[in-house]
Amino acid sequence: MSVDTATVKKVASLARIAITDADAERLAPELNNILGWIEQLGEVDTASVEPMTAVIPNKLRLRDDVVNDGDIREAVLANAPAGEHGFFTVPKVIE
Amino acid sequence: MTQITDLGVAALRDGIRTGEFSAREVADAFIVRVSQARQLNAFIVETPEHAIAAAREADAARAAGETLKPLAGVPIGMKDLFCTKGVQTTAASHMLEGFKPEYESTVSQKLWDAGAGMLGKLNLDQFAMGSSNETSYFGNVISPWRRQDGGNAPLAPGGSSGGSSSAISARLCPAATGTDTGGSIRQPAAFTGIAGIKPTYGRCSRWGVVAFASSLDQAGPMARDVRDCAIMLEAMAGFDAKDATSLQLDVPKWEQGLNPDLRGKKVGIPKEYRVDAMPGEIEALWQQGIDWLKDAGAEIVEVSLPHTKYALPAYYIIAPAEASSNLARYDGVRYGMRELPEGANLQEMYAATRAAGFGPEVQRRILIGTYVLSAGFYDAYYTQAQKVRTLIARDFERAWLDCDLLLTPTAPSAAFALGEKSADPLAMYLNDVFTVPSSLAGIPAMSVPGGLDKDGLPLGLQIIGKPLDEQGVLNASLAIEQRAGFTARPGQWW
Amino acid sequence: MSEFRIKGATGEWEVVIGLEVHAQVTSNAKLFSGAATAFGAEPNTQVSLVDAAMPGMLPVPNRECIRQAVRTGMAIEAKINKGSRFDRKNYFYADLPQGYQISQLYHPLVGEGTIEIEVEGETKTIGVERIHVEQDAGKLMHDQHPTRSYVDLNRSGVALMEIVSKPDMRSPAEAGAYLSKLRSILRYVGSCDGNMDQGSMRADVNVSVRRPGEPFGTRTETKNVNSVRFVMQTVEIEALRQIDVIESGGTIVQETRLFDPDKGETRSMRSKEDAHDYRYFPDPDLLPLELDDAFLDECRASLPELPDAKRARYLSLGVTPYNAAVLTAEVEAARYFDALLEAGAKAPAAANWVTSELFGALNRLGRDIEDSPVSATQAAQLLGLVAEGTLSNTLAKQVFEIMLETGDDPAKIVEERGLKQTSDTGAIEAEIAKVLDANADKVAEYRSGKDKLFGFFVGQTMKAMAGKANPGVVNELLKKALDGG
Ligand SMILES: [Mg+2]
Ligand SMILES: [Zn+2]
Repeated sequence: MSVDTATVKKVASLARIAITDADAERLAPELNNILGWIEQLGEVDTASVEPMTAVIPNKLRLRDDVVNDGDIREAVLANAPAGEHGFFTVPKVIE
Repeated sequence: MTQITDLGVAALRDGIRTGEFSAREVADAFIVRVSQARQLNAFIVETPEHAIAAAREADAARAAGETLKPLAGVPIGMKDLFCTKGVQTTAASHMLEGFKPEYESTVSQKLWDAGAGMLGKLNLDQFAMGSSNETSYFGNVISPWRRQDGGNAPLAPGGSSGGSSSAISARLCPAATGTDTGGSIRQPAAFTGIAGIKPTYGRCSRWGVVAFASSLDQAGPMARDVRDCAIMLEAMAGFDAKDATSLQLDVPKWEQGLNPDLRGKKVGIPKEYRVDAMPGEIEALWQQGIDWLKDAGAEIVEVSLPHTKYALPAYYIIAPAEASSNLARYDGVRYGMRELPEGANLQEMYAATRAAGFGPEVQRRILIGTYVLSAGFYDAYYTQAQKVRTLIARDFERAWLDCDLLLTPTAPSAAFALGEKSADPLAMYLNDVFTVPSSLAGIPAMSVPGGLDKDGLPLGLQIIGKPLDEQGVLNASLAIEQRAGFTARPGQWW
Repeated sequence: MSEFRIKGATGEWEVVIGLEVHAQVTSNAKLFSGAATAFGAEPNTQVSLVDAAMPGMLPVPNRECIRQAVRTGMAIEAKINKGSRFDRKNYFYADLPQGYQISQLYHPLVGEGTIEIEVEGETKTIGVERIHVEQDAGKLMHDQHPTRSYVDLNRSGVALMEIVSKPDMRSPAEAGAYLSKLRSILRYVGSCDGNMDQGSMRADVNVSVRRPGEPFGTRTETKNVNSVRFVMQTVEIEALRQIDVIESGGTIVQETRLFDPDKGETRSMRSKEDAHDYRYFPDPDLLPLELDDAFLDECRASLPELPDAKRARYLSLGVTPYNAAVLTAEVEAARYFDALLEAGAKAPAAANWVTSELFGALNRLGRDIEDSPVSATQAAQLLGLVAEGTLSNTLAKQVFEIMLETGDDPAKIVEERGLKQTSDTGAIEAEIAKVLDANADKVAEYRSGKDKLFGFFVGQTMKAMAGKANPGVVNELLKKALDGG
């Protein structure tokens, strides 16, 4: 698998990271180098192996249905770069 | 006469208890020392008032004849990946510059509850991504160590917990928190001649720790010796209902259980860790470690961990994949920086914010992670990596049939110079070759100083243990520590 | 079932429909946090640090949400997966603070099940593919500010069940019946309040068309349609649009669309177009979800009688099919009716009374059956008085009206107002005699064969008795007086 600049741009767009053409040119060989090295994993026969789901045997604990959080609007909004009237605000979205 | 700042956690704790010195004296001594070492750039934020408050409380408790808390008056450093209420928490990223959490991470809260005070927030690789502390937005951390070759090349303190390792080895704090995703406690510990343990995955709560790769991230202590690590870990570990992966187990009395007598223990030497181009000095230290463990009564056996060579590539799929998703929340909406170019719409704001807020290594890993999870590649990369992870865990399980612990070098080299490897991401990644397999398997592992290389730089040995056997890991590490007699310390050039 | 076909310019078309219904799980707290779920709170007041996706925050699942989804699965006789997992669905949007939705793709909680629907008196089984549990998103508001959208995270993290049907529906009516039936089941189970106005249930409507007998065509997905009627309209409008596109030589693009009820059209949703690579992977913050037998047993034991079983039972008690359908459609009506039966009312009469008298009155008063001014116990007493002959139907109506006004028990009303029906033959015979005397001409007509006049005499007698005479006794005595005398 070889990553070209178009792929880099597509991936950067999926990841919502703005990159320039020059960035894409620089990143393509870099990512290729890393991905090429990663691809040695393909050598491993894993036909009968389950993918790992939990590193240490442990069961998912479930919470009781109790309201014990929330009602902390000030804390929730305290670090917001923009907000008014108790809302966060973002550039207007057209749906 | 020994200075207060030369003392470790146990000595400070005991000295405060016996009244040899006050907690306030301790806090002041370290606060001064921190303020004099800014050249190392180990701290992003200094919090003397926090350390003083804890000291006051300890002194007041002692004056009132109360039983002192386990870490009463001991000032520590907090890796800036732990959210601390009201104190800027950045993960060393521009993205979170100025972010003041309205909450305290479980681990840091436990330390405060144990009576510890905070000297400041320690620098690190940005979002804990790096092995040299060269990816921080707030500048490189410099190791206090220097090569004895007459050159003054600034050296990497290791990463990502490089602020922690630098600060401890420079005696700016007796102990600090670290986090370890693929070796971020152990490798910097090895580079700076200190000790550090990554406990079993699930021992320390991840709640309030800025996430890098959730299935791998574990907090742990870094300190100058094994006992201090045991004391710190006891305070940091414990069940937390707010973390669904937290282990619902009591915290063992690790300090009390310390015992360097290894008779009856079998220590495995994994042959696959003899990698190509490993420096002779590291090979020699490994052999030295074997001899020390034999001397402590352990039986040495050769074992095989056949999938070792695949651990790093598996790690560099799983960790970036999880990171690409964990870091999606940094979008400029609810906290952190926002970059809003004139006329930008929402999605453009995201892209601009994330381009400006994340450093190059973070961006690189997000891109890799996004790529390996994207349509058509998920099974070939991510699923395959998680299968290989199963095989790596199985390797360890097989090894435990033949031994109780494993001994390996911590890192394939001593500390390198800043800038030496940063141009080649892959070369940097290879630094984690010995630490990553145990991270993938979630098992406890510790680095202790073993000796110095020809340039006078520290080298570490790694003990890996069975799940939940932190005691075994600490004990074997202690056996090494006692025999290594590592007393070297960096000269104070700053 | 009669086949629904749309006539296009080039021949007949069949429409194929599948629904993905998002139903809000009834719970106090959110799926992964302890914040409240109540509707209509001030913005961002029901938001925890977890819901706001603050750095280092972690999800811990709410047992009740899992339990309700399992019970729902059991109600449609679906396969319950004892092992399931949560996955992350990654995309960027301002209503999604984490940058991913925690959902279940690879291993859902509930597997295949079925729902029976009835359209035009015929039943049909619709397959359910799966039910998975996931987080709801927050809310964006666009009208408050000229250049900004407002973000409210109160809904962020509220538990949803996504109930995915198979593409088994073939007409707007079937789609409507399916959604109504599903809503009814959810409300019986208590896993969702079914309140479509408040967004507790929304359907993504998948529609494609094909020539009868041909393979499936390309489908479109119309998002978040929030009523049964709108779902039916969406199917119809979208099918017609697709047929039009194909017949004029175009092709259908697989895309996400939006239903505009005001304009009566569906249109492409550009804002979602970019978001198709969701990069699903298992959420590393959450371990696999494993359910034990005790948990499943409790879920099963706590299931109520469901609409189909209830309807069958009502039918077996002699309730008419129409009444049985009406009484079981809404769980509150069924609960009321069951309480009536419990209190001793006889099924067919009680069913008639509920569907006519009670529903009529509630309709008039604009009240729901769950806050009916007349309790089921009181209603059973009223019906009891009719059954034992103390009240005639006419009197019962009067008493019921007073009950609605005062809330008093019927016995008290009867007692206080002397509304008791009489079967006192002496008193009735006396009134009959007076009526016959006063209407001698009609008596003659009757006796000469004009049978229809019998009703007139009954009416006159009842009037004279102020409605309190037992109609059976009046009939009998009148017959005797007119025919036998
Ligand atoms: Mg959908
Ligand atoms: Zn959904």
